[in-house]
Amino acid sequence: MKLPLPPLPDALKPRPARPGEAERAKPLDQAKEAGIATVDWVDERTSLSGGLRWLMFRKVPKGTNWFYTLGSATMFAFLSQAVTGVFLAMYYDPSITHAYESARYITNEVFLGEFVRGMHKWGSSVMVILIFLHMARTFFFGAYKYPRELNWLIGVVLLILTFVMSLTGYLLPFDQRSYWATVVASNITGTGPLVGPFLADFLRGGAEFGSATLSRFYAIHMLLVPGAIAALIGAHLYLVARLGTTAPPWIRAESGEGIREERA
Amino acid sequence: MAAGRKEPKSKYTLDQGIPGAFEGETVTRRRFMTATAHGAGALAVSAFTLPALGFAAGSALFDRPPVEWKPIGATVDFPDDTYVPRVITEVSGIGQVGRTTIYVRARNEDDPPPNPPGYDEQFIAVSTRCMHLGCPVRYVDAARRFICPCHGGVYNFTGAVDGGPPVRPLDRFYTRVTDGQVEVGARYSVNSEFRRYPSYRDPAQDLDGIGQYVYPGRFSTPRMY
Repeated sequence: MKLPLPPLPDALKPRPARPGEAERAKPLDQAKEAGIATVDWVDERTSLSGGLRWLMFRKVPKGTNWFYTLGSATMFAFLSQAVTGVFLAMYYDPSITHAYESARYITNEVFLGEFVRGMHKWGSSVMVILIFLHMARTFFFGAYKYPRELNWLIGVVLLILTFVMSLTGYLLPFDQRSYWATVVASNITGTGPLVGPFLADFLRGGAEFGSATLSRFYAIHMLLVPGAIAALIGAHLYLVARLGTTAPPWIRAESGEGIREERA
Repeated sequence: MAAGRKEPKSKYTLDQGIPGAFEGETVTRRRFMTATAHGAGALAVSAFTLPALGFAAGSALFDRPPVEWKPIGATVDFPDDTYVPRVITEVSGIGQVGRTTIYVRARNEDDPPPNPPGYDEQFIAVSTRCMHLGCPVRYVDAARRFICPCHGGVYNFTGAVDGGPPVRPLDRFYTRVTDGQVEVGARYSVNSEFRRYPSYRDPAQDLDGIGQYVYPGRFSTPRMY
């Protein structure tokens, strides 16, 4: 049994094609084409597809395995830190008299506050562990060798910046542990010969731990270093795409057909 | 020369046949404009970068808030054979964070004479900042020693290092007596011979031998006497 169509105004009723005219696209086909048409529209104006194909559809060597995901895992840990950090900043107050109270408020009062703060807190350890594993993978697979030395150097800078994030973020809850850890950290900075004392003063924003210290650490933690990390991740990824990945060391290079022919 | 690289042209505009060139001229208009554009860009970038860097570092390195004399009690409150704890505000305007404990006693005959000799120091105010990495030490009367909870630094009754990782004796504060009241002023550091360094150093900065040059003092130090 066929159900009657709902009443449609004449303008919307499908019209049969005129004689000699190509058949019109049906609405369902138009909907199917809409996505492609949008992508085409953007690509015609930006030529992004070539670059994306270059970045995403790369040839990978035989033997590529799960260890090769550690770099992406570190990047996703960073993205998680960035997102949760941005939202924590909506409630956090980096003033010396309100910082602890605002951190307590996030944990105890804000809806899902404990969860988001927990993700940021534990995520920082996850990121440090992952970046170390990624570095170990690169080292043991020999992936730092020519022509990838520069990428290793960028990775070392990223590792140091991650430590800077850990150090500056540690102060922000502003409890006893934060305070004394920062006192110790700035005093360790001061042990550098000649420039150490001035670096320690620069870090603290003065000779003594004061209100400048907390706001300074906050600015470094959420503006200065994340920007640098994001930019360097971009350079790191560009070099990965440009140079390709290495095969694991247990994969032997096969002598190709061409080489054998040449020998004969 | 690598294959495919062009022979460099003469640097003289005259040799390149540029109209209006004169003898010995090397800067073409194109080079001049390029250098001008780059120079203007560098000037514009440094016009906001240098003030921003100075803003971030200048106050931290050169400014010192003025130090006031703070009364901590009558002269009779402080014996010369043990320490009395007092809490003073070292950094004002930041609440509890700016407060610190000091230990105070009267000078006794075992103490080295105050130096420089013009400074009359009748009371000795010892800081609780450990000279290893800055943890708070406490005075244990039974042992007559200052003990640090973090890494086991131990100081004797005068504040000199008795054991553990600290590199120099505990910092002190200037003291004076006004109308029978003991007042404390700015912090100063001492080396192992109790020589005074008015520009106090951070913990872990050695002041013996070449230490005082390896760890220079700050640019501005409040004068207390």
